[in-house]
Amino acid sequence: MGTTEHTLLRLATAGSVDDGKSTLVGRLLHDCKAILADQIAHVQTVSAARGGDFDFALLTDGLRAEREQGITIDVAYRYFATDKRSFILADCPGHVQYTRNTVTGASTADVVIILVDARHGVLEQTRRHLAVAGLLRVPHVVLAVNKIDLVGYDEAIFQGIAKDVSQLADQLGIADVQAIPVSALIGDNIVEPSASTSWYAGPTLLEFLESASGRSDASAQPLRFPVQYVIRPQTDNEYRDYRGYTGTVASGTVSVGDQVIVLPAGRRTSVAGIDRAVISATTTAVAERPSAVAGEAVTVRLTDDLDVARGSVIVSADSSPGTRRELSATVCWLSDRPLSVGARLLIKHTTTTAQAIVTKISGVLDLTALEFTGLGVIDATGLDLNDIGKVQLKVAAPLAADPYSSNNITGSFLLIDAHDGWTLAAGMIDDEEGELL
Amino acid sequence: MTATIEANEAPVTAATTPTTTVTELDALESESIFVFREVAAEFERPVILFSGGKDSIVMLHLARKAFAPAPVPFTLLHVDTGHNFPEVLAYRDSVVETLGLRLEVAQVEDYLADGRLRERADGTRNQLQTVPLLDAINSHRFDAVFGGGRRDEERARAKERIFSLRDEFGQWDPRNQRPELWSLYNGKHRPGEHVRVFPLSNWTELDIWNYIEREEIALPSIYYAHERDVFERDGMLLAVGPYSQPRDGETVGSRVVRYRTVGDMSCTGAVASTAVTAAEVVVEVAASEITERGATRADDRASEAAMEDRKREGYF
Repeated sequence: MGTTEHTLLRLATAGSVDDGKSTLVGRLLHDCKAILADQIAHVQTVSAARGGDFDFALLTDGLRAEREQGITIDVAYRYFATDKRSFILADCPGHVQYTRNTVTGASTADVVIILVDARHGVLEQTRRHLAVAGLLRVPHVVLAVNKIDLVGYDEAIFQGIAKDVSQLADQLGIADVQAIPVSALIGDNIVEPSASTSWYAGPTLLEFLESASGRSDASAQPLRFPVQYVIRPQTDNEYRDYRGYTGTVASGTVSVGDQVIVLPAGRRTSVAGIDRAVISATTTAVAERPSAVAGEAVTVRLTDDLDVARGSVIVSADSSPGTRRELSATVCWLSDRPLSVGARLLIKHTTTTAQAIVTKISGVLDLTALEFTGLGVIDATGLDLNDIGKVQLKVAAPLAADPYSSNNITGSFLLIDAHDGWTLAAGMIDDEEGELL
Repeated sequence: MTATIEANEAPVTAATTPTTTVTELDALESESIFVFREVAAEFERPVILFSGGKDSIVMLHLARKAFAPAPVPFTLLHVDTGHNFPEVLAYRDSVVETLGLRLEVAQVEDYLADGRLRERADGTRNQLQTVPLLDAINSHRFDAVFGGGRRDEERARAKERIFSLRDEFGQWDPRNQRPELWSLYNGKHRPGEHVRVFPLSNWTELDIWNYIEREEIALPSIYYAHERDVFERDGMLLAVGPYSQPRDGETVGSRVVRYRTVGDMSCTGAVASTAVTAAEVVVEVAASEITERGATRADDRASEAAMEDRKREGYF
C-alpha cells in the first residue's frame, strides 16, 4: 500500500439534456485510459457506420433507446482508477423526466459534476440539480462550463456563469463549488490543462477529483448500528447457543464492553463481543474483534438476552437519538403519482419498514426564488414529479432517527407505494430548526 | 480506421496500475455482505445463481461470510447448458457436497429433448438459458435471485440496479427502473414478480482477482494457465472438444492458455497466459488492454445491444 492512501471517490454527473454529460464522461474515461481496446474498437465501428467522427457518448450510452435518441435514459455506473485513487462514477441523465436518477446518483456521491452549456448559462435544471446537491449535502460541487470552445473561450462568459452559480450555491448552503471551463468534445481542462484558456489558473477536472476529500468521517459520530438479521445457528456444535445481531455500522465505533441502548425498546446493555467470519474451503467459524468502525459489516453479541430483532438499532448509551413517530422531512418526489395530504404509504428507514400517513405538506421548493413556498401560493395542491417539498409524517412504528444533517443513514428514508412497491420519494429528516436549505 | 482516436497507445503496465487496496476490498466486501443480509431478512425464497465461474464462487464466499457461523440460508441454482467444462462441473459438485448446500439444476438438455427449445444454428447455448431459468424461478417460486453480474462487465449491465425488479415474464425494463438511493434497497414486489439481486455490482474484474488472492479462494483449474488444443475463430481461442470443432481453414494447435470467464464451451474463448497463481493473474488483468468479455465472449458480439436484448427477455 505504501504511505499514500489510495481512496475511493464516488461522483455523479448532472446537467440538462444536450449539455454533453455523456461526452464528458466518455472523454474523462478515455483520457484516464479506462477504456480498453475492444471498447474503443466498438465505438469506432458504430461511429463510422453512422458516418460520423468518434462519438464519446457511445462509450457510456449503452441502451438501444439511448443510442437511437442520443440521450441518456438511466444511471450507468463506471469504474476507473488513476495512480492516485479509484472512482465510482454515476453517469446520470439530464432529462427532466429522469431527475429521480440524478437524486439516485447524488445520494452516495462525494462530488457532483453539474454541466452547464456555456452558450445557455444557468437553466431550471441547473437550479434543480444544485438544489438536489445541496439537500443531499454532497460535499463538493464541480461546475463544468462545457462547450467553452463554442463561445470562443470567452473568459467573461465563464466568469458570468460561475458567478450566477456561486450566488445560488450560497443560497443553498453549498460550501464548495469549483467552476472549470471545459470542452468535453476537444478535451480542454478535463485531464490536460487547455492552452486555449490561459486565463484559467484552477485545476483540471481530473486534478480536482484526485484531490477532493470524501464525505466526512462517519466514525467520529455517535454509534448507530441498525440490526439487519439475527444469527442463531442452533446446530449441534460449539455455536449451539450463539445469538448474534448482524449489521453494518452506520456511524461511530463499537467496541467490546461498550455501554449501549437498544432502540426502540430503550433497554440498556453492553457489547459482549464483535465477530467477523473466518471461513476456509471447508469450515465456517467466527473470530472475535475488539471493535468495528462505520462501514464495516459485523456481528454484535450483547450481554443481556433482550428482545432484539431486525429493525432494532443499537446506539451509544451516551448519545441516543431516542425514537419518534412523527417526522418533519424534506422529500424529493420521484414518481408521477402525485402526493396529497392524508396519503397512506410505507416508509423504509434503515432496517424498519412501517406504515406512514402524510399529515401535512407544508411547502414546495420554488426553483426561482430557492425557498419553500406554501401550497396554493405557487399553484400547487400537493407534490408532483420532481417536486422538492416539506412534509410531516405520522409513522406506525417508533423510528430511531437522526436529522440528515448529522447522519445520512439514520436521517434518510424512502416512501414506498404499499400496493405495488414502487419507490415514490427520497426523504431527509429535518433538524430541530426544520431547515435544510 | 477513419476515427481520430487511437486505442490506448501506451500499454498499461502493472507498475502504474494501482491494485485495489485492502481498505477498498474491505469496503466492497462489507457492501456485499449488507446486501446478502437484506435479502435473507426481507424475502421468502431467495436463490443464488451458481455456475461455478469465478464471480459466482466469490458470491458464495461472501454469502458464507454474511451468515457465519450459521450456514448459508439460500439454495443454489445452476442453469446447465450441457456445454460445460468438466472441471467446472466437478468444482460445483464438490463445493455443494463439502458445504452441505442444496443445489437445483435446470437443464437446457431437457428442453431440447422435448422440443420446448431448439438448438441454434451456431450451436451455442448461452442464449438458451433464459427459458429454463425463468421456469425454475416460477416452479420454485423464488422471489429473489442473486446473480454475480458486475457493472464493469458490459454496457447494459452498467445500467443495472443492485435490486432489479423483474415482471412476471422475467423482463427487465431499463427505462422504468426504481430509483435506488443511499443503501436503502427496496425489495417490495407483487406476486409473480421477482427481484434480481447483484451483490457484486460495484466490483471490477481486478477487484475479484485481488479478493480471490487475498482470501485464497479455490477456483476451477481452467482459470489458470494450462496446455490445451485450441483453434482461432474471430480472434478468439476456442477449445477443441465435443461442442466445438474447427471448420475448414482453422488449424488446431496446442497453446498455454487460461480462461477469464466460464460459460458455454462452444463460445467462450481462452486467452494466452502463463499465470498459474491468483497473484500472477492480478498482474495480467491489471495490464490487459482488452475487457474480459471482449476477450472471451463471442455471443456479446452478435449485435450492438446483444446483452441488453437478452436481459430484457429475462437473461441474467
